[in-house]
Amino acid sequence: MAERSFAKEVQDLKLGEGDLFRGEGILAITKALLQSGVSYVGGYQGSPISHLMDVLADANDILDDLGVVFQSSASEATAGAMLSASVMYPLRGAVAWKSTVGTNVASDALSNLASGGVTGGAMVIVGEDYGEGSSIMQERTHAFAMKSQMWLLDPRPDQACMVNLIEKGFELSEASNTPVMLQVRVRSCHMTGEFACKDNKRPDFSLTDAMNNPERDLGRIVLPPAAYEHEVEKIKLRMPAAIDFIREQKLNEVFGPTGAEKTGKTGLIVLGGMYNSTIRALQFLGLCDAYGNSRVPIYVMNVAYPTIKSEVDEFCEGLDAVLMIEEGQPEYIEQSISTVLARSKSPTAVHGKDYLPMGGDYTAAVLTEGIGRFLEDFEPAQLGNRAPVPDPVPILTNPAIKRLAEVVPARPPGLCTGCPERPIFAAMKMVFEETGSHHVSADIGCHLFSILPPFNLGATTMGFGLGPASAAAFNVKGAKRAISIMGDGGFWHNGLTSGVGNAVFNKHDGVIVIVDNFYSSATGGQDILSSRAHNKRRNTNNSIVDAVKGIGAKWVRQVDHTYDVTKMRDVLNEALTTDAEGPKIIVASSECMLNKQRRVKPQLAKAIKGGQRVVKEKFGVDEDVCTGDHACMRLSGCPSLSVKELDDPLRDDPVASIDSTCVACGNCGEVADAAVLCPSFFRAEVTHNPTGWDRIRAKLSGSIIRSLQTRREKRAVSFEA
Amino acid sequence: MKDDTVKLSLKPAGPATERPISIAIVAMGGQGGGVLTGWIVDLAETQGWVAQSTSVPGVAQRTGATIYYVEMMRPGESGQKPVLAQMPTPGDVDVVIASEFMEAGRSILRGIVTPDRTTLIASCHRSLAVSEKMAPGDSIADSSAVIDAIGVVAKQEIVFDMDALAVRNGSVISSAMFGSLAASGTLPFERAAYHAVIRKGSKGVEASIRAFDAAYERTTNGPEQPQANPPEAAEPLAPALPAALRDTRANALLMRLRAELPEQAQPMAYLGVQKVVEFQDTAYGNEYLDLLRDLSQRDRAAHGEAHGFAFTTTAAKYLANAMAYDDVIRVARIKTQSARRQRVAQEVDLKEGQLLYTTEFMHPRMEEAASVLPVGLATWLKSRKSLYAWLDSRINKGRRVQTYRLGGFLMLHLVGALKGMRRRSLRHKMEVAHRDAWLADAAQALESNYALGVAMLSFRRLIKGYSDTHVRGHSKFEKVMRTTKSIADRDDAAEWAQRLLTSAIKDASSKDLDGTILTIESFASP
Repeated sequence: MAERSFAKEVQDLKLGEGDLFRGEGILAITKALLQSGVSYVGGYQGSPISHLMDVLADANDILDDLGVVFQSSASEATAGAMLSASVMYPLRGAVAWKSTVGTNVASDALSNLASGGVTGGAMVIVGEDYGEGSSIMQERTHAFAMKSQMWLLDPRPDQACMVNLIEKGFELSEASNTPVMLQVRVRSCHMTGEFACKDNKRPDFSLTDAMNNPERDLGRIVLPPAAYEHEVEKIKLRMPAAIDFIREQKLNEVFGPTGAEKTGKTGLIVLGGMYNSTIRALQFLGLCDAYGNSRVPIYVMNVAYPTIKSEVDEFCEGLDAVLMIEEGQPEYIEQSISTVLARSKSPTAVHGKDYLPMGGDYTAAVLTEGIGRFLEDFEPAQLGNRAPVPDPVPILTNPAIKRLAEVVPARPPGLCTGCPERPIFAAMKMVFEETGSHHVSADIGCHLFSILPPFNLGATTMGFGLGPASAAAFNVKGAKRAISIMGDGGFWHNGLTSGVGNAVFNKHDGVIVIVDNFYSSATGGQDILSSRAHNKRRNTNNSIVDAVKGIGAKWVRQVDHTYDVTKMRDVLNEALTTDAEGPKIIVASSECMLNKQRRVKPQLAKAIKGGQRVVKEKFGVDEDVCTGDHACMRLSGCPSLSVKELDDPLRDDPVASIDSTCVACGNCGEVADAAVLCPSFFRAEVTHNPTGWDRIRAKLSGSIIRSLQTRREKRAVSFEA
Repeated sequence: MKDDTVKLSLKPAGPATERPISIAIVAMGGQGGGVLTGWIVDLAETQGWVAQSTSVPGVAQRTGATIYYVEMMRPGESGQKPVLAQMPTPGDVDVVIASEFMEAGRSILRGIVTPDRTTLIASCHRSLAVSEKMAPGDSIADSSAVIDAIGVVAKQEIVFDMDALAVRNGSVISSAMFGSLAASGTLPFERAAYHAVIRKGSKGVEASIRAFDAAYERTTNGPEQPQANPPEAAEPLAPALPAALRDTRANALLMRLRAELPEQAQPMAYLGVQKVVEFQDTAYGNEYLDLLRDLSQRDRAAHGEAHGFAFTTTAAKYLANAMAYDDVIRVARIKTQSARRQRVAQEVDLKEGQLLYTTEFMHPRMEEAASVLPVGLATWLKSRKSLYAWLDSRINKGRRVQTYRLGGFLMLHLVGALKGMRRRSLRHKMEVAHRDAWLADAAQALESNYALGVAMLSFRRLIKGYSDTHVRGHSKFEKVMRTTKSIADRDDAAEWAQRLLTSAIKDASSKDLDGTILTIESFASP
């Protein structure tokens, strides 16, 4: 079960002709797929696509009704290959993932798919994770579209436009026998909005039809001589067909003055996704109103690839200069526009990254500056009496703000309260205190937060599931053993073969820690093969330990309760020192606390309400025992474990303190014990609805305890006035 | 230069050039920023406005800093929809709502709070960042910097502890922030419209309304009474002395203290003597006062009155801490106090009919056990290496003690009863030796450099913690003391001493400290 439930929202997917949809972008995209009559959908989770996968999982019943097959793919490569269903059959299908990372993984399948071409509409929805808040390397998916020749759609951040592009995208794919990519940025996925619905469409040709009437065509398989023919087809047939379709259907848009009203000397060419920020920038410059009525002509490329030469020629007719607005580098589209205009011997000058930054977010502020300078150089008359542009710089140079900059602490993401991965890294840090540090290859997932304070462990991260693979070179006997980390998500994605299989085959001497928290947690708690929950639509409960043993690993230890820090530390020590050959594999298993709390909390509340005996736990710190050294913090970083100032003039340093969000995972107590830190921590256990026997016992011991306390406290010197 | 800017007559600002109302919500992942965002969008839409929200969940949802952004505007006269932006533009945000005080500070640094248009609604409570918690001493960011900055940048400021207000009303901070937004008057909607939005929810509606209303009132009318402690409360001050005490033993100590110590040092010494007596007994309290009296005489001889007797006051503080050292007896006594149980009960909000137990996480080693034994026995044991190791193997392990079960309590109570033999223990002997050497060093430095004497007293702050942490504290203390003594004859010795102390407190790894020491050695050695 995923972290966020869309059970309520998916009801909106049933809306039909004449209804108005109102909601998040990701739901609008799902609705568009259903309106397009898809037969199958797949994908792999990862921001900003996680919620799309969660929506689809929660919409299973609706998908069943429409005869749509939905799969949580094992990886993006799996999802990409799934599109091969559209090669021979008139089946529409869509897959989705986080990009560019997911596209990297899928690119082998995509190249093959794009070479042979498709019969049914095939669409890849990529969540372009670029700019502020991104968790990956800053690259553009655009390159993949160009190299494999797949059309790349980039709709304006407007739900009606996005939905239309998805529907048209399938038609485009079929008209040109080419798979299509549609990129949406993080903010558009989570953007609320509305659009007028159509009825959902049941596919005319079903998967059953295809399976019962199999077809093949050697000409569609990538093998010489067909592979050479594919290239010719791409150039001679598919590209012209696509260009015709894009023109006829007017997928790109022109705003601002046209025809006789187009008297200015400059224009803007804007990639669809950049449209809203551009409009705001024009508004700041006094060239547009809030509704998008611009005084500067704008050519909006909802199709990022290919460039439609005739449209560009037409738009640039009579203009001295155009400014290309595309985010990220290199400036693929600017280059393309330059080529197009050069071939036409057009006098229009093309600008872009010479006025706008090569990298980074194209915010309204950045665009205001760039467009402003462009117009100053080429058409200053347009700017006229300029309204003052919002400018925070004067206030930011105030001494009070400068002082503030030195005070505000960084707030990097970290492991959640009660996270089962915290004790693993606490144990590792304790081992390093004794043995000195080892090389640690990190991986993608929540466990990557180990690279940040307070743990500061992990030297590299080479991609999802590639932690152990990235330690492959460190296979030298006698040196300090390298440790690699991998999550259960990465393990099933590819790590079983790329990491464990590789290490077994090459007799790698390193230590592999597999963090098994029962979900694909970092992406939002989706189920995976080794999830321990029962999921009626998926096959779960497949053991990681069995899998690694099956692939040939011999030294395998499972710690089934990661919070046992002492045990965790001992197992790590053993793995680092044993004489055993081959990889030393530790499977550290405990349920993701975020998911566990969501599962257990309502159950407990219900039990207490129902009068059942329940013991609720929470940790605490005796502030008189705590000396304020904070050694515990350096082995924790738990959000619920903080420090507080004491109202005691004798004490200088704040002491540890645990707030009410504590879930009693036990890490702080265990660490205090295992690292022999201090006796400050205690676990408070509150018995709700105690039994009669509970009460008698408490009464008996309570009275003795109280009398002993009174005796001692009466004798003490009293400083009462 | 020629100015070829053409002066055009632009249309007057009407609905067409109007910009949407923009609201940025800065929060930490999992703090309910999403709920508040949803409410605001719903509010605008039910009032016939076009609204759009965006967010970047990503990894920030795991406790990192994140931002939600809402824009809203009326549709155009002919029903056109405005084009709304997906992220805030610095200098162009109408309302910033911060769910934590340093996040309010961060929003100011992003430039989204500007004096010409921004209403800043911020909760002044703190949720500490990892860097603030990790330092081995006090490293909490200074909230006054945020207060000062808000005074400069915000057009309108609404700042109070919204978290506490929400908790008091059984709700969460999003309801309180929504209430403050309503009361701020920045949105053209009626209070009832806000209520209606909250009522659409399914869980905790009444509590949310209560918190909303309380925040609305608080925002409109200000605090019920002027706040006694502004958020940037200074160092706690020692309270004034009482005239007399009922307990004659305590009263005698008070009288002595008053007669023998300079007035400026008396409040601190009064707290100190209480701590020391609670740790041991009246006699120990007298020992504390003896030592303090001697120190105050050295202070006077060093013209202490010109320095407000800072030396004696500082000594009163750190000597009390040094004498009330953290041994197993003290820990056992604290854990078995009746006041301690009450404190825990309050912390877990214990209700009538519920039972409370605690489990202590202890890990005693032979080291601690031996240290409470009488000096002779402890030394003998330590000389018998194999016996000592065997005993350690029996004792040195994690122990879970259940304080409010009879067995656990009796054990701790008995350990607490060892107080009677404490002053004959090995630990006490070591503590006294260390204490005397420390005081002697400080008193000697005082004669030639008053500030240096005071600084040396404050080095005691470095000794804290238990077992290995305690050992590390000692070694830091030794390093700092040794280095300081090597440059004691320099005029700026006290400043260097302070610098050494600061670097030892801020950095657990000792890297900063070693760096400072290297610097000192570079100019101290010939």
